[in-house]
Amino acid sequence: MIRVEDLSVRYGAATALDGVSLSVAPGEKVALIGANGAGKSTLLNALSGMVPTAAGTIRLDGRLAHVPEGRQLFADLTVDDNLRLGAFRVRERNPAWIYEFLPELGRLRGQKAGSLSGGQQQMVAIGRGLMAQPDILAIDEMSLGLAPIIVQQLAERLSELNAQRGLTLLLVEQSARVALSLCDRAYVLETGRIVTQGSAAQLTDSPFVVAAYLGSPVQGAL
Amino acid sequence: MSAFLSYLIHGISLGCGFALIASGIIIIYRVTRVVNLAQGMFAVVAGFSAASLLDAGVPHVLAESLAIGTSLAVGVFTGYVAVGRRGTSSQASLIVTLGIGIFGYAVELLTWGDQPRSFAGLAGSFELLGVDVPKQDLLVTPLTLLVFVALELFFERTYPGKAMTACASNPYAAALQGIGVRRMSFCGFGLGGALGGVAGVLLTPLHPVSYDSDVSLFVNGFAAAILAGLKRPVLALAGGLLLGVAESMVAGYSKASYQSSLALLLTLAILIVQATRRETLHALEES
Repeated sequence: MIRVEDLSVRYGAATALDGVSLSVAPGEKVALIGANGAGKSTLLNALSGMVPTAAGTIRLDGRLAHVPEGRQLFADLTVDDNLRLGAFRVRERNPAWIYEFLPELGRLRGQKAGSLSGGQQQMVAIGRGLMAQPDILAIDEMSLGLAPIIVQQLAERLSELNAQRGLTLLLVEQSARVALSLCDRAYVLETGRIVTQGSAAQLTDSPFVVAAYLGSPVQGAL
Repeated sequence: MSAFLSYLIHGISLGCGFALIASGIIIIYRVTRVVNLAQGMFAVVAGFSAASLLDAGVPHVLAESLAIGTSLAVGVFTGYVAVGRRGTSSQASLIVTLGIGIFGYAVELLTWGDQPRSFAGLAGSFELLGVDVPKQDLLVTPLTLLVFVALELFFERTYPGKAMTACASNPYAAALQGIGVRRMSFCGFGLGGALGGVAGVLLTPLHPVSYDSDVSLFVNGFAAAILAGLKRPVLALAGGLLLGVAESMVAGYSKASYQSSLALLLTLAILIVQATRRETLHALEES
């Protein structure tokens, strides 16, 4: 569970987040939608303790794994090593179950992470996050730079985890289409503030969201 | 021929010392992106400490081990001062390491005085192809190789070694996995201190150490590290040996005083060549 209340984050004089409140219940799939620079990544970095907060409170029940924007793999290390390092905080460091869950990674296990394609790297990044045995998986810009078919595959796997293991998902996306098709609920962030929120269905029908983030009415997105 | 062989053996020992210094520079640089200008000081501290401990009657091996432990502690201290404060830039840390090196002079002068010190290493010599080879020379090479094998195994095979590589590769991502990057930096400095210490205790019986020996040790170690592209400690072994042998030959066949000039010339040449290579530029840009 995540509960954020009146959270503000500042970088020097610049305010990146301004009084943001949101909550995510266990087992929910929630999206954070917003343009570049809206403060989405800052919010995730605040949740994972990577940036200091200026005001407000963050409550996390359970372990959160943060899959950062741009995958941020250990490029000189193998896929296997990347996965194992994801388990730094936990005892169980054998990635066998990840290879079962994402079979493509099993074939790539000995390769240097830096040599993989974007989709493969995203898979490693998600696998590395899962190695921490999180209750909440927060993924920053999963779909960025990936072909729609790859995004769909990843989304299916994540939905499986959500359904089978009750993994809570928090997806940060510029692509409202991807976010609204995968998640139950979404918050829309603009220049550090939450401007609207609602269920995926509500937001898909909202003229404001359609105009700003979807461009045209969504028909069976993905 | 016999002169050549004796210069060669001597050069290899010297090169091993340079390589050990270089590996410390590389390990610290990889984790912290700081070139540790106090790296030579670790060897000096260990050399002096070992000499004092032996004088005090501490037996061999124990004395050397304690001396290496001392330089390890000095390494961690250096790391704490240089990179211990969050948000210190690499440039600032670099200057701090220079400051610690100079501060080290003062401490060394106060503790051990301004005279070069040495201690007897492995006693005796034996004959190889008509050349008298000090046994200490034969101790240096295998021990150095052992250290490098251990380093390679540590970084390639162990979890802490990989966590350290992860910090070097992507500090942000490492922190996200819960790897304490600052703590790893201190470990890097500690390891660098210990490696400098190994160089110090191995070389001091062959070359008396004085408070200002750190400059030439650093220059040679840095040259070997740059030759290795500041990447893998093992590559520095080749660089160190090349420098050590070249300098030993120059000192043997011409004047001993040319030796340090050659070190500086070679360093300059390596720096110019490496600085124009794209990989190095890329690595420096990343930092």
